[in-house]
Amino acid sequence: MKLLRMKPGHGEIVLAEGDVEIPEQERELIEAFRRELDAGMWAAVPTETVGGRREAELVKSFGDVPRDAERVIFFPRAAGGAPRATR
Amino acid sequence: MALGLATAAIICAALVYELTRARLRGVLARWREQLRARQPVALRYDPGRERRAEQRARELLRSCVNDEEWAMYRELGFMRVWGRAGTRYAYLIYPHKPIVAYVPGNGTMLNEYCVAFPDSSEPYGSARLPDSDDVLAKWMALTADEHGLIADANMHLPGRQVDPERVRRDLVRLARWERERGGRGAADGRDDRDRAERVDANVGAGSARAA
Repeated sequence: MKLLRMKPGHGEIVLAEGDVEIPEQERELIEAFRRELDAGMWAAVPTETVGGRREAELVKSFGDVPRDAERVIFFPRAAGGAPRATR
Repeated sequence: MALGLATAAIICAALVYELTRARLRGVLARWREQLRARQPVALRYDPGRERRAEQRARELLRSCVNDEEWAMYRELGFMRVWGRAGTRYAYLIYPHKPIVAYVPGNGTMLNEYCVAFPDSSEPYGSARLPDSDDVLAKWMALTADEHGLIADANMHLPGRQVDPERVRRDLVRLARWERERGGRGAADGRDDRDRAERVDANVGAGSARAA
């Protein structure tokens, strides 16, 4: 699994990469995941349905990330309206 | 007396300005250059870096969306995302512009949703994501949580930031593009293609009348 982050002036950068089945690597992934959420980023997992439809899933904890996900993309929170308390 | 003095003062000021204008410009230019030199190299605008960033962003976008959406963005410069609430409406995603909601059947524009993804860390002196990353962020947020994104966005009537005429032209371009692509995405693009055919028919009728 790769954790990617969109970055102005650069495009995406790889924050962490590892196998979730290996505990040490999973720990590193979890730490990197938390750091980004604490920094106020949103996390999304690109997915493809059985019918071939591409979409994304916003995840709020590492536990929400499907185990077989290849990547999680972090991007800045949306701004433009009043922030919602539930996010 | 006072009027005379005021007039003389104005004339003097104008003369001084005229005599020192070139020198003032030089001083200002040097001052700007010094400010620029003090700025860290990494923060200076670098067109090459921005181009490489956009290239990376395009690859990431391409790997996330389907072939039709990617081709649409690459060839038309925007992407259509269908609404998920069951009614027939869709969104147009432009880079660094509001999301435009419209009715595909007749091209009626519904609203503009102003939303941005500013990176407060400003790694290269700017909070602005590359164009394709901005499109991907909107696409991910819309497909993952349409109602959440719309609720967070600033909603405006059509025409506040995106020219309605441009949107109309883009919808016609989209419809033609889909028609030219033939069967691909047939069900999804049917309404837009029907509309383009009606526009073409009207244009044809108008030309015939003019003749």
